[in-house]
Amino acid sequence: MLRYAIRRLLLAVPTLFLTALLIFVLIRCVPGDPAQVMLGDVENPAALARIRASLALDKPIPIQFFAWLSHVLRGDFGQSISQERPVAQMLLPAFAVTASLVVPAVLLAVAIAIPAGTFAAWKRGTRHDTAVMIFATLALSIPSFWLGLMLLLVLGVHFDLLPVIGYVAPWEDLRGGLLYLIMPVLSLGLIEAGVLVRMMRSATIEVLGLDYVTHARAKGLPEWLVLTRHVVRNAIAPTWALIGLTLGALLGGAVVTETVFSIPGLGKLMVESIFARDYPVIQGCMLLITAVYVLVNLVIELTQALFDPGASLG
Amino acid sequence: MTSPLLSIKGLSLAAERHGAVTGLVDDVSFDIQPGELFAIVGESGSGKTMIARTILGLLPPGIVVTGGSIDFEGRNFAHLETGEMRRLRGREIGMIFQEPMTSLNPSIPVGRQIGEALRLHEGLSERGASARALEMLRAVRIPDPERAARSYPHQFSGGMRQRIMIASVLAMRPKLLIADEPTTALDALIRGEVMDLMIGLAREIGTAILLISHDLGMVAEYAQHLLVMRRGVAVESGTPERILLAPSHDYTRSLLASLPERAASADRVPAPLIEVSDLEVAYSARSRMFARKAPPVRAVKGVSLDVRRGETLAVVGESGSGKTTLGRAILGLCTGSGGTVSFEGEALDLTGCTRSRAFRRRTTMIFQDPGGSLDPRMRLGDIVAEPLRGTVPRGERAARAAQALEEVGLGGDYATRYPHELSGGQRQRVAIARAIIAQPDLVVADEPVSALDPSVQHQVLALFADLQKRHGFASLFVTHDLAVVEQVADRVAVMYHGHLLEIGPRDAIFDAPAHPYTIRLLEAAPRIARADGGGFEMVRVTAAVPEPPDGHAWFEDGDGPTMIQIAPDHFVACVRRTHTAHPEEHP
Amino acid sequence: MVGGILCAIMVLAALIGLIHTPYDPIAIDYHDQLASPSAAHWLGTDEWGRDVLSRVLAAAAVSVSIAAATAFIATLLGALLGAAAGYFGHWFGRITVALMDALLAFPSLILALCVVAVFDAGATGVIIALGLAYLPSVFRVVRAAVLSIKGRDYVSASIVMGNSRGYTMLRHILPNVMGPVIVLATSLFGWGLLAESALSFLGVGVPPPAPTWGGMLADSRLFLDEAPWLVLAPGIALSMSLLGINLLGDALRDHLDPRTRGR
Repeated sequence: MLRYAIRRLLLAVPTLFLTALLIFVLIRCVPGDPAQVMLGDVENPAALARIRASLALDKPIPIQFFAWLSHVLRGDFGQSISQERPVAQMLLPAFAVTASLVVPAVLLAVAIAIPAGTFAAWKRGTRHDTAVMIFATLALSIPSFWLGLMLLLVLGVHFDLLPVIGYVAPWEDLRGGLLYLIMPVLSLGLIEAGVLVRMMRSATIEVLGLDYVTHARAKGLPEWLVLTRHVVRNAIAPTWALIGLTLGALLGGAVVTETVFSIPGLGKLMVESIFARDYPVIQGCMLLITAVYVLVNLVIELTQALFDPGASLG
Repeated sequence: MTSPLLSIKGLSLAAERHGAVTGLVDDVSFDIQPGELFAIVGESGSGKTMIARTILGLLPPGIVVTGGSIDFEGRNFAHLETGEMRRLRGREIGMIFQEPMTSLNPSIPVGRQIGEALRLHEGLSERGASARALEMLRAVRIPDPERAARSYPHQFSGGMRQRIMIASVLAMRPKLLIADEPTTALDALIRGEVMDLMIGLAREIGTAILLISHDLGMVAEYAQHLLVMRRGVAVESGTPERILLAPSHDYTRSLLASLPERAASADRVPAPLIEVSDLEVAYSARSRMFARKAPPVRAVKGVSLDVRRGETLAVVGESGSGKTTLGRAILGLCTGSGGTVSFEGEALDLTGCTRSRAFRRRTTMIFQDPGGSLDPRMRLGDIVAEPLRGTVPRGERAARAAQALEEVGLGGDYATRYPHELSGGQRQRVAIARAIIAQPDLVVADEPVSALDPSVQHQVLALFADLQKRHGFASLFVTHDLAVVEQVADRVAVMYHGHLLEIGPRDAIFDAPAHPYTIRLLEAAPRIARADGGGFEMVRVTAAVPEPPDGHAWFEDGDGPTMIQIAPDHFVACVRRTHTAHPEEHP
Repeated sequence: MVGGILCAIMVLAALIGLIHTPYDPIAIDYHDQLASPSAAHWLGTDEWGRDVLSRVLAAAAVSVSIAAATAFIATLLGALLGAAAGYFGHWFGRITVALMDALLAFPSLILALCVVAVFDAGATGVIIALGLAYLPSVFRVVRAAVLSIKGRDYVSASIVMGNSRGYTMLRHILPNVMGPVIVLATSLFGWGLLAESALSFLGVGVPPPAPTWGGMLADSRLFLDEAPWLVLAPGIALSMSLLGINLLGDALRDHLDPRTRGR
């Protein structure tokens, strides 16, 4: 098992490498002198020369890439043009904020999806099943930012229950922070729940048809025990994998949600930097987001073995 | 006479779907005495599995009981509540399924699964349950029971999983064990072991067995009482002796008669068409990045044989014997790594897998899975005509295809249908039609009837034999089923773990087998033959292992066997014995 | 079935939007700003006095065409590359797989954001960016399908009867791969629609004054309390379209999957 984990970790390295390469290429596509691009509109020949040297602009491109890469690996993402701070300093707090939004959203989605999907599969073909499926399909069809806007409209503006704009970090002020988080987490989580419910339901239906479930019933086990001990455990596996697959969409949704609710996370940071043509920040956000995405997917894949001992070690 | 353990009277089942009701089982009655082994024999669609499910009260949704009653130990099921029914299950009645791969929960260790029912019904503690589980694992002869109890199902082979199932179900010491096709998915040699184990253990505990199977031959050997079913109706009932000796119903007769019989064999020895010499086929195990390179898997190890014009050479072996790989290597579907194969004297390209157009035109293949060998998006007419592409003009192709379909018994409008509209047997006929349409010289048939029902097997085999007589092609017939071999083969080759162990004329192999492994295979397959007087009788092959030729021992495993001739055209694999005296090796 | 109807409505709306709208969607009318729905303006007007219904219809045309173009490009390129990688394998396969994995490491919206940010090219930019983001998904599906079908007996049968590899690929493999590809293309269409709206919402998509649902939603934020119809109209239109696409995709999937297809 440990060997498998190490092997998968090593396999992730080339992917991350290629990803970094892609980001490098992309940023270099911006027209103009790369050093000037990093500096923005500021006229500062000394700084320009310094950046040019650190980026090794007079050397061939592959060397430039490695120079850039060595900076990145040391944690030096450059200096933000619009804010004149090291990018790295800006990234971490923004990341924490985004995490405080995304993680509860996923937890909420899972907490809804597993019972709902199992229930729908168990009551397959009945009104209950249809009701759950209708909810799920509706949920995943609605754009998350529109749901966010609607929540804002109803809960924030109309009934004035929750704050409309702004953010307070939960670790600074738990109660206040939570209030700000409710609507954005709901808008992300409910939609993700819709996606997961369907997968949970179909996986459960498939497992229910397998011999070992009939065998468990043949042993005389009560139905609830059959469900929890035998069915759910095995049906979770593909759903868990789906979380990894839909993580990308979730992150994308988070970007927009942050804009809707004015939450100072990575997404909002990225959008603002795009408008400000703040390329170092854009680059930094991209690097961080992709690295996190790859690593989280890796974790999900490794933990997959917990749910499915037979499959992944092949 | 003691009162029956299980009494079923007039049971009828039906399937309800979208308002339409189709009968599945009609008015079936039988009794099972305590400790008795009762068997229900039928093909797919006979309703036998549904009856088993009804006894347990585990009918799939949509299937209902429309009449009749079930009494267990005098208690009528209709009067039991769900809770009582549940207590009955597992404790008094247990069930074993066919498919060992899916009958155990893949995410729970085996020991816990065995102990589950114990904890539930007898209220045993964790330790008590594990102790009993270990006891049962030992009883079914699983090696290293302590480690096995902590392992997961995927770490065991099919045969072992079935044994674990037996352990799990019999741990509760139920009064009745329902075994639904328990050995169908297992290799021939393992089949006997598992059956003996199950029956022996049940006898010890005093459990009655309801055995459900499509294999009349196997059932007749073990059962004390037999019920034959067809399309939901009980067709015949009695003791195996009585049924075999004098079957009263035509269907039973056809089931018995469907067991293959030998065709007359030819006299002269024809010229070789394919010559295989020291063929080696090895493929590299899946190598993964950053993992140590695994040694290559040798599927075929130094096999030499001929396929002669117009003959059927049957290659027999269990899974992993390399028999399928042999056929595929000859046709260029997989790469060979050593040795030579020639077609009419010309050597074939083993490593590059290229074959000349002439070769392709004169050789064809029939595959095991009838569904998988036909392109689901093509009409039957196009499928059958495809081999004629390039040699025959389009208009004529359609006519030839229709003709070929007629020859296999699918005339008329079949040419416009799609594969999914046909049954398994019909699809295999289409595959055969496609195989013979270009008048090939060699047909490689890879387990062509293994996936079919027994009565259909008989028809398809008869068709194949008939076509071969008419068209005169040679056939490399790969199978694991000895009974099939008896009907179609001129010569038989026996393979094991990639080695060729014995090869000779059919009569020689069946009547005078030499190699111990061949004898074991023959013994494991009980056969039913026609007896004088119009009935049938069980034929059990028991042969003593003959003496190997002087200075040699029968080859078991390893490298470098030599084929030694022990009778005309009959060769067996041997190894030279070392000169220090060794006791005779008996496997 | 319902999906089909909804989709038909959506396509119809798009077509209408292309051809004719009750009012000119970009015409500004200072006299009638923020009017609530009435007989003259069925869905009211926005802060520039523009008729909301017309804008919704026109936006349909814009969004639908962008999403369609995206799905088309991603499917075509992804399928070609995937089929080649699956069938020919070896180094070509490994390189493309590695490349696609790297592309997949980017959440699609984020990748699109980046590309649009760098290249700044309006509608074509969005199409290229999204096409690039979805390409790897098609690649993966097609490659996996080709690999699995390659091992089927009817492919072996084709080789045994003497057909060339190229013919086998065209006649036997590709038609059987089509099924999952079509389902995926439908999903891509839906994702493209959603992504385009998100990009427009953020302000980096198709530039104004061309109407897009996303853009309309962004503008509506300032007037949530005064003019709720500005949020509802484009949002409902977008949701219904997505719902239609999803239902259609589901129906297609059920129809093509032999397991769920009743026989």
